[in-house]
Amino acid sequence: MTSSAGLHLKTFILIFFMILFGPLGNVSLSKGMKTIGAISLHQPADLLNVFLQILQSPFVWLGIVLQLMFFVCYMVVLSWADYSFVQPAGSIAYAVVALQAHFILKEPISPLRWAGVCVICLGVLIVGHTSPRTTEQK
Amino acid sequence: MAWETVLLALIVFAGTSGELCVTRAMKIIGEVHDFRPSSLLRVMFRAIQVPWMWLGVALMAVAFFSLLGALSMENVSFVVPVTALSYAAGALGGQVFLGERVSRRRWLGVLLVCIGVTLVFLGRK
Repeated sequence: MTSSAGLHLKTFILIFFMILFGPLGNVSLSKGMKTIGAISLHQPADLLNVFLQILQSPFVWLGIVLQLMFFVCYMVVLSWADYSFVQPAGSIAYAVVALQAHFILKEPISPLRWAGVCVICLGVLIVGHTSPRTTEQK
Repeated sequence: MAWETVLLALIVFAGTSGELCVTRAMKIIGEVHDFRPSSLLRVMFRAIQVPWMWLGVALMAVAFFSLLGALSMENVSFVVPVTALSYAAGALGGQVFLGERVSRRRWLGVLLVCIGVTLVFLGRK
């Protein structure tokens, strides 16, 4: 009984970190790329130039680390929890990224965009509530 | 605008094809039962010998740099919701390339995702 409650707590904590780190990673990548500015490629040398700028951006690296942390939480939680339980929980991430973009990056978000984000969350939730394996195993 | 659409399409299609390739590679390797570090290393060693894995990783790298490119010109609250279209591409690709059966319920979810992305596009200004 205690172990089942412990398992639940562990699962929820990891899912909480997942939906915190994943969107934060995107927000950080966005901040890094906004600092670099819109990419324009006029000649092949520009590609190398942009690549070097990306490698020097601390926010891009922070974003990559946060996404790795998200990925580790995701993998770890999948080692005991069902994919069909974890994946729908991840649908909240679409709302979280919009909230973080609004409050951390001060992005203006129109009501129509909020509505779109909510519909996407609902759609992803429904996609996740279907059987995770439909192919025959050998 | 046109350049940006190309980047968004690359995020969705290169990302999804990359995941499909990795899935195919992992199905060749077989289900992972043992999560001890030494066995996981062996799984990784087997993984790098499957060409599908390399193709998958290359496609996912293309998707990642396209994401960076798109984020350099658009807001993250626009780019990330649009990438949810990969659920549509994934359902289609899973059915066509991996022989997965996609239920009616799942198509309903995909339809909702598409409606949501349309709203996000319309709410751009």
